[in-house]
This record gives sequence, structure tokens and C-alpha cells, in this order.
Amino acid sequence: MTRPVSRRHLLKTGAASVAGVGAAVAIGTCDESGFPICRGSQAAAQPAAPAPASPASNAAAAAPSGTGMLFFFNDPEAAFVTAAVDRLIPPDATFAGAAAAGVLTYIDRQLASGFGAGDRMYLDGPWLADAPPEQGYQLRFTPAQLYQIGIEEIRAHVRAANAGREFWDLGEAERDDVLSGLETARIVLPSLPAPVFFETLLANTIEGFFADPAYGGNRDMVGWRMVGFPGAYAQYLELVDAYDYAYRREPISMANEDARHAHLTDHP
Amino acid sequence: MAVRMPPVDVALVGGGMTAAILGKELAEAGHTVVALERGQMRQTIPDFQSPTMHDELKYSVRHGLMQDPRVQTLSFRNFPGQRALPMRQLGSFLPGEGVGGAMVHWNGQTWRFQPEWFALRSWVNDRYGRDFLAEDVTIQDWGLSYEDLEPFYDYFERICGTGGTAGNLRGEVQSGGNPFEGARSAPYPNPPMKQAYSGHLFGTAAAELGHHPFPVPSSNSTRHYTNPYGLELKPCMYCGFCETYGCEHFAKASAQVAILPAALANKNFELRTRSYVLRVEWDRGANVATGVTYVDARGREVFQPAAMVVLCAFAHHNAVLMLQSGIGEPYDPRTRSGTVGRNYTYQTMSGINVFYAGSKRINPFMGAGALGTAIDDVNNGSFDHSGLGFVGGAYIAAYQTSGRPINFHPVPDGTPRWGRAWKQAVAENYNSTVSLTIHGSSVPHPNNYIGLDPSYTDAFGQPLGMVTFDFPYNDRLMSRHVTEKAWRVAQAMGGKSVSVGWLDDHYSIVPYQTTHNTGGTIMGTDPKTSVVNRYLQSWDMHNLWVMGAGVFPQNAGYNPTGTVGALTYWALDAMLKQYLRNPRPLVPS
Repeated sequence: MTRPVSRRHLLKTGAASVAGVGAAVAIGTCDESGFPICRGSQAAAQPAAPAPASPASNAAAAAPSGTGMLFFFNDPEAAFVTAAVDRLIPPDATFAGAAAAGVLTYIDRQLASGFGAGDRMYLDGPWLADAPPEQGYQLRFTPAQLYQIGIEEIRAHVRAANAGREFWDLGEAERDDVLSGLETARIVLPSLPAPVFFETLLANTIEGFFADPAYGGNRDMVGWRMVGFPGAYAQYLELVDAYDYAYRREPISMANEDARHAHLTDHP
Repeated sequence: MAVRMPPVDVALVGGGMTAAILGKELAEAGHTVVALERGQMRQTIPDFQSPTMHDELKYSVRHGLMQDPRVQTLSFRNFPGQRALPMRQLGSFLPGEGVGGAMVHWNGQTWRFQPEWFALRSWVNDRYGRDFLAEDVTIQDWGLSYEDLEPFYDYFERICGTGGTAGNLRGEVQSGGNPFEGARSAPYPNPPMKQAYSGHLFGTAAAELGHHPFPVPSSNSTRHYTNPYGLELKPCMYCGFCETYGCEHFAKASAQVAILPAALANKNFELRTRSYVLRVEWDRGANVATGVTYVDARGREVFQPAAMVVLCAFAHHNAVLMLQSGIGEPYDPRTRSGTVGRNYTYQTMSGINVFYAGSKRINPFMGAGALGTAIDDVNNGSFDHSGLGFVGGAYIAAYQTSGRPINFHPVPDGTPRWGRAWKQAVAENYNSTVSLTIHGSSVPHPNNYIGLDPSYTDAFGQPLGMVTFDFPYNDRLMSRHVTEKAWRVAQAMGGKSVSVGWLDDHYSIVPYQTTHNTGGTIMGTDPKTSVVNRYLQSWDMHNLWVMGAGVFPQNAGYNPTGTVGALTYWALDAMLKQYLRNPRPLVPS
């Protein structure tokens, strides 16, 4: 399922876009590919809410090198995902949105690995696409295939309905309208039920916002900071019955060796 | 041709809790025992250690310790006549895979069933009359009593180092415990867990309404403890990574910590991993099991001859194995005849969130699997069902198991599912919400059963097990009643808003509910309506025994593990004292 790509430039663009959704399509830092995300004409046509000055941009700027590399998505797919996830979890005055939190990187890595290939999924036929929801996922697609087909068909729908404009060319309200059309099945796609795609994207976006930063999302532990989750830390014996306690310890990623437990050595 | 192994006295199908108990005890009694585990060896060190164990995505979302549906899954439908479709991803319940089975990733909530539950049919008839329930509520007596089982409950709690406050000690009600529990012969071996803020808020409101709050009985050890096998549990650190995780702290009673080392120390016991049992072999003439056939790590079919076979797999898998082996008469919902697969039951769950909207700090991440405050005032034996038209009940608990944010980010009713308002609501409510669990019982219904799927197969080419299940009307009435009681407590907790997750839909295979799948190989007093007798011995062949929650004729409003452990020791007692010296049917059929 992994497609060989060398799209570092796109990622730079993608990273730039996290400065704010409204600004994302307006930045216009085109690379030689001329990829539409860089065209920068859209902001004028569809004025979006001003991008708040947010820690998101700092977080993105501080992202380690290589976190922008994509293993799975091609350029338009990445542009679509970036423009979609930042509406599902938008930036605000205090906390970054999904794009600046690295959710594109997170989903890309997930789709390039076992999850994308249908790890732990029973995929034998026959398939019944119109099965009742109680019976769960019944499509023939791996998650990777679901994303590829879903994005392709949603883009076609958006272009047809918007005089050729792509999803990422739309303003915030228009993008929200497309997303809610997918969510409620108001939009009908040729190959799959739109809500299945939407729910997968929403679930993966929430994962990418809250999973350990080692997976590429939740950059600077923004999701954890937002709710006050301390992460991989593992010891509240003395605090659990301290009612209404104001816990202020910095969150910790499992990638941080300091989170390792000392009793490894005293219990051979 | 299958490879043939040297014969053993006992073959155990599975390497989880019940197999570990039987392996330890039967080996010690001098029998050669092999346990066949489909998954791999896993140990507290190195496999369950932090920080990598503290990975919500890997273990809670992607089910890292669970059965792999690519290899084997079930098909599912809501009612006979509907087309069953494969459960393509795990969701509603999470069977474990690998040594220790589900006892690795359980929470440690260690309940006893109330006494009347074991003779439920007789109890309902005596108390409410034979016409009280609809004829399709096919509850049955278990064939044993709470008093029969009590010594084994007690022993299992000592093996697990269960902590709690006794509510009924030899008939005397104790303050601070559960006054609705059956009489205990001894206190819990360990003190209860610390009670979290969420439990304090719930317990205070519940007591004001006249209920009787108490700490949930917990096998997350509350102190250094050495169990009767000489194995040590260490104190729980309330790390908040318990259910769906292995415990790094040697605190949760897993098979690895509390049982297996004692079994593995005996040369009579062999734990054979990566051995996927396909079927029980049996002699059609003599009507006895002759051993099991499994696929080994190299992909070979291997025959393991054994004088006795015990099914120790997860609940519905034992029923599926019997069906795949052609043992017993499969249950048929049209004629309501046959036994194997009959009375498949589950758990009837609902939930309530109390939102304090930023005005309290709950710190949900300071959690443990069995950290909770509960009331048992609305469980089956605690109140009068007259005029209500249902049997059963639930405990209500404020559990504080974790604040892992991919799965835990509660928002009040009316909040959009995504976007700016959702994000703000998550930020505001994450640390100031208390969740109540209403843990309801489950009665059997003639439509709910386990069969074999007519079209889908597993990786070995065998038909998938097929589950047909929807919530019976009895349980919808029950859930409405107990959830309303919980809502009254929730209203009294002083939150800014309350949201209720009523049970008002069909059963769905998708969202996680519980891994409390019960029935399918039920125990009972009549071979026409049960698979095993009161000792968990097959009615059909005396040297085949079945452990696990599949033997429950109906499921109580409690977590099943305490009862599964007690029943295992109860069956073991019959094997050692009555059966192995003189193998025969222990109950005439």
C-alpha cells in the first residue's frame, strides 16, 4: 500500500498551511510542481476567518526534521486531508488544530503501515456494502484503499459542485458543509457510503490529536496539554485520593526514556 | 497425516486463567498436563513494561493484546433470518490472545453473584409466580448453590489478592461493604483500594438517597501480598493503564503473576504456545474424547492424545469448538431443541455522565481497572420486582479506570461531534466529568445463540462461529428501571448537566460494551437444556469438561471473572475428589 514518493516540498507547504486554515490556502509559497495547494488565489475569493496567532505555528515550526515526510499520500490526497482534518479539529486562540498537530503525518504513517493494510481485519468476501450499522464495517477495502477511493470520489464530487474548485480551495464554511454532507450521507459517493469514510477520517483525526507524539501527531503534546492528560507517566498512588488536586506536571511521551520504570532492575 | 504427540492425562484448550489454574492443580496431583495456547508467551517483564505499555493507540484502539480477526473471528446478526456477516474488526468485546488470555488485559473487578442468581428459575417461580415472566425468558437453575460455590469464591479471591470491604460476613452485615452480597466465610484478603474523587462524589450522593455505597472489589493489589501459591503481588500504582493493557507493576492479578509460575514450576505441566486447536477428537463408539487436533507454529496438524480434555478457551470459542467437533446437539432456534450454543447472553450496559464543566478537578488519569465506588441496591436480589415485569438488575458504579484521551473525552448532550465547539467542549469537560456505569444482567432468549456460519470461514478453513443476539425485552425493561435509578443519583451529584446513554437500540457489534460474553455451553440439571452438568462435565462424554463464562445459564449484573474463577476451583474439586480416580459421568443423565 505504500507508494514511493518524494514530496518533501508538499510537506513544507503542508507545514506552512498549519499557520491557520484560512491562511493555509493563501500562503502561495508555490514549489515547482505548481500543485494547487500553493496557488494562493482562493483566500481572496473565499475570505476565511482570520487565523489566530496560535502556538500551532510555533509547534509546526519546531517539528523535528523528517516529520513532514509522507509515506502514503500523494500531493492532492495530502492537501485534502490537511484541509479536512483542520475543520474537524480547528485551531483556536490557545491550541493548535489537527493540521498543526501533525495529524496528516499521523494518518499517513498509519496508512503506510499495518493499519492501512488491514491488519487485524477480516477482509474475506462476500461483502455487503449496505449492511445494517449493527453489523459494522462490511466494505471490501483496507483503510488505505478506503482513503484513496474516498478522497478521489469526494474530490470529484466537490469539483462537480463547485465549478472545478478542489476541496482545499473552499472556504471554511464550505468545507464544513462538505464534511457534514459526508457525515449525514447527504453526499452520495459511487463506491462507498460517505459516512464510512467520514467516520474513519474523524476517528483517525482524533487518534492523531491524542495519541502519543511518537506516532507523528499530537505535536508538542498539544492534545494532552489541551485536556491536561499527563501521557505515559504511570504513578498516582499518592495523589489518587487527593480530591480536586491541581495536577501540573509536564506531560511525558513514551518515547522519553525518563518514563521507564525503575523496578525493572529490582525484579529480575 | 497429522503428527501424533505422546499421550498425556489432560489436554487443556487454551492458556488463560482457567487453564493456568487447572494446569497448576492437576499437575500437582500427579497428572501430566499440556495446555495448548494459540498465541505467544508473554511475561510482565519484558512484555508489559512502561513506557511502551502506556500506548493507548496500540493497545486500546488497535487491540494489541487481542484475538486477530484475520485468523479467526465470528459472524454476527441480530435475529434468526437475518444474514450473518463477519465481525471484520473487534469492537463490542475483546477476547485476548496469548498466554494469560483475557486475564492479562482485564480490569480486575472481582465480583460474586448474589445467591438467588444460581437458582434463578426456582427463585422467580417461588417469589413472583410461574406466570411472572414471558415464556421466552429461558432462565434456568445452575445446578449448584451459592453456598456450594462460596469456598471457591473465597479461594479464588485469595489467589487474586482481591481487596475490598466485606458487606456480609457469615450472615452479619458489615458497615462500609455491600450489604446485598451473599454471606462470605472470610473478609477479603486485602483492604479496599483508595477511593477516587469521582467515587466520593457518587458515593456521597448515593448515600444521601439511601443507597449503600462501597468500594468495588479489586484484584489490583492494594499492598504487597503473597497468595496461597507463594506468588507475590505488588501494590497498584493507579497508573490508569489497566483494561486492555498488561500490568507493569505486578499489581493486577494476571495468570502470569498469580498462577502460572506455580504451574510452570511443575514438570508435569507443559504450556505449548502457538498451538491453534481446531477440534476435539472423539471415539464415536465409546463416546469419549480421545484428544485434540491443533495446528502448530510450523503449520502442521498435530494430534495430542489425552485421557481427558478440558475446554479453557474464551466463552463463545468453547461452544464453537464443540460445534466444529460435532459434539452434542447444536441448538436450533426454530425448534428450540439442542443444547450446544443455547442461552448465549451478554451484559446489558448503560451509562451516565455528570458534567461539572470545569468546576471540579476529577483527574481521571489517576485510575485503576477496579478503582470504583458502587451501589448494589438495584441488583437482582436487592429489590422487589413485583409489578415491574422483568427479572434482573444491575450494580451502578463510578469507575475511574483511566483518562486516556483517544477514547475518553466526554462532552455534554447537544455538543457538535467535531469542529470548534466540540474542541472547546472537550477541553472544558475532560477533567471535570464523572462517568457512571450501569452494569446490567442479561437473560437468555430463544433467538440468542451461537451456531456455525454457513458461508464464512477462518484462516484454517473452518466455519466461523455465528452469534445471533439482540437485547431481550426483559432486559430493556430492566435497563430502563435501573438506569432511571442511576439518573436520580446522578442528578444529586451537583453537576452542571447530566447526560444519559439509555439502552434504546439494537445490539451492535461495533462499540465496545464489555467482554462479558456468556452462555453457549451452559451448565444445568437437565441434559436436554444444558451442555454440562453441575460439575462442568459434558453430558455427552464424561472426559470432556468445559470451563469459562460460557457455562452461565444467564448472566448476572456483575463482571463474570470472580464466578469463572470460583467455578473453575469447584470443577477442579470434583475432578480431584470424584472423577480422576474413577472416570465416569458424575451426574446420571
